[in-house]
Amino acid sequence: MRLIAENLGGERGGQPVFSGIDFALGEGECLIVTGPNGAGKSTLLRVLAGLLPAGSGRAAFEGGGEDFPSVASACHYLGHLNAMKTAMTVRENLAFWQEFSGNPARDVGEALEMVGLGSIRHLPFGYLSTGQRRRSSIAKLLVSYRPLWLLDEPSAGLDRQSEARLAELMAAHLSNGGIIVAATHLPLGLEGVRTLEMGQVALADAG
Amino acid sequence: MLALYLREIRLGIRAGGGALTGVLFFLAVIATIPFAVGPDLNLLSRIGPAILWIGALLASLLGLDRLFQADREDGSLDLLILAGDRHMLALTVLVKCLAHWTASVLPLVIAAPVFGLILNMPPAGIGASALTLLVGTPAITFVGAAGAAVAVGLPRGGLLVSVLVLPLTIPVLIFGVSASYAAVNDPDPFMPPFLILAALTLFLAVVGPVAAALALRFSAD
Repeated sequence: MRLIAENLGGERGGQPVFSGIDFALGEGECLIVTGPNGAGKSTLLRVLAGLLPAGSGRAAFEGGGEDFPSVASACHYLGHLNAMKTAMTVRENLAFWQEFSGNPARDVGEALEMVGLGSIRHLPFGYLSTGQRRRSSIAKLLVSYRPLWLLDEPSAGLDRQSEARLAELMAAHLSNGGIIVAATHLPLGLEGVRTLEMGQVALADAG
Repeated sequence: MLALYLREIRLGIRAGGGALTGVLFFLAVIATIPFAVGPDLNLLSRIGPAILWIGALLASLLGLDRLFQADREDGSLDLLILAGDRHMLALTVLVKCLAHWTASVLPLVIAAPVFGLILNMPPAGIGASALTLLVGTPAITFVGAAGAAVAVGLPRGGLLVSVLVLPLTIPVLIFGVSASYAAVNDPDPFMPPFLILAALTLFLAVVGPVAAALALRFSAD
């Protein structure tokens, strides 16, 4: 499985934000996207997922087989919003996304244990703090399987312990042959992580 | 898809009682008309079906603007759109419409016979009005979904949705009311307008969600 971006360009409201981005990620590879605010990190992720039309070039997901024919079907998109309903409990939210997304992976309870929220699964999502909301949204990545994770500032609002836990989850996903594109400043402590510095458009191996 | 239906119903019932607001608004409209028209019981029973239909139409437009906006505000809409390869987006919209109808429009249909009594309508007229409402109101929701999808990006889209949707619901209103009238006024046939009403609902059940899905795809920013 490979995620490929060829000469990818993105725009917001007719204004080009970035252009000429090329990369190819194979199984177990991670691309960290960094750059100043407004450099187009979120736009890049949305263009990759297909939520925004590409200004130029193309993004494609190859070798996904019948289950994952396109980037959209192969990815977990964790945006800056958590996509959870405040009126429903954490467990109900996750159970819904698991059933709706298909390809169930981990049990809801198990996923919540893994992000350290096992004891509050019965609370309405609206009662949680910012960091807890983010963590339950991260648990969404675990309840159904997707080879590609597109993460937009996944560590926003997390404390240091949860950040370390997130890094562990990302490392585990990579070692299982997953692919990650993350806009984050989180140090992963991983070998072979590539970085894409937005704003300068230069791709370098930082492993 | 069943999961989505159940989630939407659960939210519709839990989040602030949208169903009750709709029924109360419906009651307010019905209760105001006799004050405006005057205490002429014959006149009231004659225009009863029309009043019931207008009240139900306005009340069912109430919660429509939140149909997609709530999902957009918490980011769920992105994921629903991304799931397009597994669940066709138009089908997702259809399921959301059905759930919306069940949670906030079906109570109006159930309340309509009670409100018919307020308007001094004969039993046959009440039955016919309730039946035409049951068959016709889904069409309003399907048209409304297209309107809600167009206005999803606007912060104060509520009124715009109503203005966009109302003209498109006129055919539904015409055939709904004429079928209800026909049940009471003897020479008029009941079945032709009723069947056209049913056809309108089926037609809009296809066109509405497809149009809404198209609008939603281009609404992402």
